[in-house]
Amino acid sequence: MSKKSNETSYISARESRRISRENQKITKKLDKRLSRKHVPESEYLTQMKDPGNVVEFDNLHTYFFTDVGTVKAVDGVTFNVPVGKTVGIVGESGCGKSVTSLSLMQLVQRPNGQIVEGAIRLNLGGKAFDVAKMPIEAMQKVRGNVVSMIFQEPMTSLNPVFRIGYQLDEVIALHNPDMDEDEVKSRSIEAIKMVGIADAEGIYNRYPHELSGGMRQRIVIAMALACNPRLIIADEPTTALDVTIQAQILELLRDLKSRINASIMLITHDLGVIAEMADYVVVMYAGRVVEKGLASEVFLDPRHPYTIGLMESKPVINKKVDRLYSIPGAVPNPVNMPDYCYFRDRCEKCVERCQGKYPPEIHVSDTHIVSCWRYFDKGGAEE
Amino acid sequence: MSSTYENVVEVRNLCKYFPIRAGLFGRVVGQVHAVEDVSFSIKRGTTMGLVGESGCGKTTVGKTLLNLTPKTSGEVVFNGDTHLDQLKGRALRDFRPKIQLIFQDPYSSLSPRLPVGEIIGEAVREHHLVPENEFDAYVSRIMKACGLHDYQKDRYPHEFSGGQRQRICIARAIALNPDFIVCDEPVSALDVSIQAQIINLLEDLQKQFNLTYLFISHDLSVVQHISDTVGVMYLGNMVEFASKDEIFANPLHPYTQALFSAIPIPDPTVKMNRIILEGSIPSPANPPSGCKFHTRCRKCRGVCSQKVPRTLDMGNGHTVACHIYDPESGYGEE
Repeated sequence: MSKKSNETSYISARESRRISRENQKITKKLDKRLSRKHVPESEYLTQMKDPGNVVEFDNLHTYFFTDVGTVKAVDGVTFNVPVGKTVGIVGESGCGKSVTSLSLMQLVQRPNGQIVEGAIRLNLGGKAFDVAKMPIEAMQKVRGNVVSMIFQEPMTSLNPVFRIGYQLDEVIALHNPDMDEDEVKSRSIEAIKMVGIADAEGIYNRYPHELSGGMRQRIVIAMALACNPRLIIADEPTTALDVTIQAQILELLRDLKSRINASIMLITHDLGVIAEMADYVVVMYAGRVVEKGLASEVFLDPRHPYTIGLMESKPVINKKVDRLYSIPGAVPNPVNMPDYCYFRDRCEKCVERCQGKYPPEIHVSDTHIVSCWRYFDKGGAEE
Repeated sequence: MSSTYENVVEVRNLCKYFPIRAGLFGRVVGQVHAVEDVSFSIKRGTTMGLVGESGCGKTTVGKTLLNLTPKTSGEVVFNGDTHLDQLKGRALRDFRPKIQLIFQDPYSSLSPRLPVGEIIGEAVREHHLVPENEFDAYVSRIMKACGLHDYQKDRYPHEFSGGQRQRICIARAIALNPDFIVCDEPVSALDVSIQAQIINLLEDLQKQFNLTYLFISHDLSVVQHISDTVGVMYLGNMVEFASKDEIFANPLHPYTQALFSAIPIPDPTVKMNRIILEGSIPSPANPPSGCKFHTRCRKCRGVCSQKVPRTLDMGNGHTVACHIYDPESGYGEE
């Protein structure tokens, strides 16, 4: 039984209460900041590093203050989403890919979940906002308008008691208060047509339960497109769907992206979907970016042992292997993350340096960046 | 339980209809044809993959096979002579351990109130498979075979991760020393790296205990990896059945072709010639006439909406239900 106590992180009730009190202090302070009214714009106005990007994540830290300790769900994530491109984010469940996108929407479960450090610079054309500093009031004008989101489960993201039309109208009317009813309706129908539904007027008056999974996902996409967003976040848009429907939805997303010139942030654990859709790939592990680069670089020349392991552990059609590679062990406990490389304990390619602190970002090429000590000496210049 | 029969399970013309009830007295107003005229057999020590979209009846096949839902018509024969639906009382009880089931969701298929050792050992004790004094050692051995540790016996399911829970589910099935296991989407709720561990475990156990699997999944790449034979279902019908190598190299049915071409490949340099199916799967309560696939088929002609296609043997154990390959159907003359 001695092993048991080592493995799990049970804490006493007293300790838990103490943590809880401390958390409340921190979250209250952060929450107060967010819920202020009439904040001058200058406070969250910022400059994009590169005007060619829609979003720049800069050293983002999103923590969850739980009663067993602070969970660093996103722990120093830096990457960019260029205009008109698709960025794919891969990783296993719990690696922080969804929390990264929710941080951008300021939809992280408050008060426990908070952005504690870093910046998310959002390009609005003429100006740029720092989402990490934006109060809720200002965020409401951006959310669903400039940035919109497609969720995984199309059934739960539509309200079952309202007609499709009403739900679409709501989005459009909210962000365009000067439009009259007929204009809103025609715009809704236009949005439904855009996602490849032939009988748009008919669907406008239907309820969500009358539609199939693929159709519902189309409606959710139509809702996301309704206000001509600059960025669409698609969080596992096809995971709940069948392969044949998945092919339809991916085709639709690709087609729409080129038509409205929006960027897509595609979050998925399916490497196949990423390879097909993405221009850039970001691989996340335990709240950090371990590798990022052009899709061709990451897929054809993966460098990080985790990326390599992930690719080898997925069976690929028409490629025979006798035995699948499986990454040994499991993701470390998110409450006490080690100070060395998070992947070290599961890594089979450790070098001496891995005993040291977390590896820095190492440039393999101009666009290909990897966080692994193995490439420290080999030509890669440290950032 | 002799193991002389080559086929562990033989399914002939299996049908399963669910009644649609309406009105105050629950009058039957229609039938959902969940499984219609499905036949296949699985050889000892092999794996048959069953693929298809959701709602095509693949899970119902698995359940009907184990008589968890009684079949409407047809035959299911285990080990050459056992008809599960004719067994009663003692005989049924004695046969049950031979056929086991692993479910999709390891979170809802384990009792949260029982320690893991008890979950795995409960049925073993119930069926008196091992003497009482060897019980503990037996459970430990099974746990070890499934990659679990001895000291985890007293823990409860909530203390385990998804992958480990699925190992517990597998251990529970293996503990009864079964011949045949129905794996109903055992890896689709798991992460990629955990998926690989579970697939490897299933393969190791198959070699070790000479198990036979029916592997139900919608993930074609997993099915291709693990299966020896593959059956493709569409709206309750088995549209194509063949050995793995045959079906992936030479898919004949237009649905199989579309299904295979829809799989995303993790290589950005591969540009696929994708067949995109229009629309979605029709309602099984009101299926299309003739060939059920004709509403979405690219190669549909007049005959397809009128006549139900026969199941044709194309040689090498490759069967397909499509008018294109039937010289008598009149498809070629149109």
